[in-house]
Amino acid sequence: MKNNTAYHVRITADQSPISLNLREVWKYRDLIMLLTKRSFTLIYKQTILGPAWVVLTPFLTSIVYTVVFGNMAGLSTAGVPKLLFYLCSHSLWSFFAECVTRNSSTFIANANVFGKVYFPRLTVPISSMLFAGIQFLVQLFMVIALIVFHVFQGAVHPRPELIPLIVPVILITGLMGLSMGILISSVTTKYRDLQLLVSFGIHLFMYVTPVIFPVSQLSDGIWKTLLLLNPMTAPMELFRTVLLGTGTVRSVSLLSNGIFAVIIIPLSVLIFNRVERNFIDTV
Amino acid sequence: MIRLSNVDKKYRLGEIGSGTLYRDIQSWIAARKGLPDPNSKIGHENFVPGESFYALRNISLSVKKGERLGIIGGNGAGKSTLLKLISRVTTPSAGEIDLYGRVTSMLEVGTGFHSEMTGRENIYLNGAILGMSKKEIDNVLEQIIDFSEVREFIDTPVKRYSSGMYVKLAFSVAAHLNSEIVIMDEVLAVGDIAFQKKCIQKMQQAALNEGRTILYVSHNMNTIRELCDRCIVLDRGKLVYDGDVEQAVSHYSKTLLESPDYRIDYSSYSRRNQGLSGICRIEEIIAKEKTVQMGGVLPFSVRFSAREAKEIRLRIMAVMPSGHIVGMTYSDPVSLPEGSSEAEFGFDTAFLAADVYSLDIAVSSYEKDVEIRHDFISRALSFSVDESVRYFGKHWESRAWGNVKLPAVKVTEVHIDER
Repeated sequence: MKNNTAYHVRITADQSPISLNLREVWKYRDLIMLLTKRSFTLIYKQTILGPAWVVLTPFLTSIVYTVVFGNMAGLSTAGVPKLLFYLCSHSLWSFFAECVTRNSSTFIANANVFGKVYFPRLTVPISSMLFAGIQFLVQLFMVIALIVFHVFQGAVHPRPELIPLIVPVILITGLMGLSMGILISSVTTKYRDLQLLVSFGIHLFMYVTPVIFPVSQLSDGIWKTLLLLNPMTAPMELFRTVLLGTGTVRSVSLLSNGIFAVIIIPLSVLIFNRVERNFIDTV
Repeated sequence: MIRLSNVDKKYRLGEIGSGTLYRDIQSWIAARKGLPDPNSKIGHENFVPGESFYALRNISLSVKKGERLGIIGGNGAGKSTLLKLISRVTTPSAGEIDLYGRVTSMLEVGTGFHSEMTGRENIYLNGAILGMSKKEIDNVLEQIIDFSEVREFIDTPVKRYSSGMYVKLAFSVAAHLNSEIVIMDEVLAVGDIAFQKKCIQKMQQAALNEGRTILYVSHNMNTIRELCDRCIVLDRGKLVYDGDVEQAVSHYSKTLLESPDYRIDYSSYSRRNQGLSGICRIEEIIAKEKTVQMGGVLPFSVRFSAREAKEIRLRIMAVMPSGHIVGMTYSDPVSLPEGSSEAEFGFDTAFLAADVYSLDIAVSSYEKDVEIRHDFISRALSFSVDESVRYFGKHWESRAWGNVKLPAVKVTEVHIDER
């Protein structure tokens, strides 16, 4: 017994809500990697094109956007070639959207496993984020290749000096997606209605975020102010500023993003942690 | 080492809600108007929202390092809840649990196994879920594959495995973990007898040589006898016996009959078996009597719920408290309508000798001689066959005569030798 005290765990009814054990999550890092790998294995099993879908989907979507929003609706893309603009915006947005939707069903989709064995539950959303992140990175390479092509033609002017900013942009986008996802997931252990709203909601959210249009498209006024207050506006515009050399990064957007991140990330993890302890009794 | 002090696990009825916001609001409005809840289950008149029941009540227990503890009790006694608490799947409502050591829980075989992935991939994933690092798994991979007896198929997706192979692989992963505490819930019940023996030996060795602590829940008293050196009996959330295995088994047979519940609710009872269609389910079993005279008929009724109309039969196994199966029989066919229905049955005990029995009940339908299993509940109800009849002055002696009362032997002819 004495030599086992390293593994002593005490389970009581009343654990403080901030008993977040990130060290334990780290110990299960191999599980995170395996879960991520599993997602890839499963998604491309029994498909003809396999991993090619990672680049095919955003490419096809961007073509549709080019036709519908670019040509038919005539939305401006701030002088950037339309396909490139949409491809670039879509890759970051779908990373965010994927994080939200995948994680929003964490508890319900894994109820069976969670009900049988204990492991730090956060490993599951983290692996979903990694899965979406890796897909995003692959798409990013495609975007960069296209940018290089357009740079030679003089059509875009990226800002290479700002490239280090890409890292925090990606991190904050992923973490915000993860937080919103697990928050929804925590609530849906009780009310499943919300889960049906997720894909609809995220779609709606896309139209109030500068994804298919730049902020500069809007003239000053209440709508522009609201758009600038959207916490996803800053990462989106910043991302395009670096890669395409065009974007509207205002301090108000950065502040809104910062405040949102500082509140929602810890809050969602705490609620998730709270729910994970007993959720199996309610599903 | 494990120590539980005054542990309670309370479930609040009604807190669970209906799962959709709309229905919860509906129920809430009905409650405000003083109307009956439109979403309460039919037949649950005494369902009071907010009322709570204890799945476990005031459990104190300490298990030493290297002990092999058996846990027995009837359905709803709290066995699974106890294991869930110790494996940290849920938390107690009161009390404290101290665990000294890492815990491997095998509440189900192959938790986290994915049918599309190969045996090898599943070993890694399952091992990681159970808390092993990739390096640790690498070290024991060969041992796991050897023990599982499925080496030839290790790179085949497990969806192509037979259920026996699946269980073998899953058990092998769990058995090779470096944890100090192993929790098993009847996982050995599946798989062939030879493999079962091998598993029990493996777990015994683990306890004796490596000092691993084992908690084992089973309905099969023989595996408990073989594996465990101590046994506790749970009855409706309380710890009613703790000590010697044989004593525990006989105590358990007694508690089976003592339980006053004539109506047993199986609507939220978790089914362990895989491959159940779920089209027809047993919602509740109403045992009308607990004791039958030898040769009498045991009446009971079953409330079913069916997603579609089906003609079903019950397949009933009579089982001894020891887990030994006495025999099997079918009921007449019953046509279940869609929705809820209740049917009454009479179980003829003509061939059962005086003893305590439980019935394992399966709901099956047959299409062209293929059995489709809709539901299965082990130890669904228990009863005793009473010994009022004497056989030429003697009571039935199960130990010498067995539990099957064979039909009397007919005298077909008598030849009288002429003198």
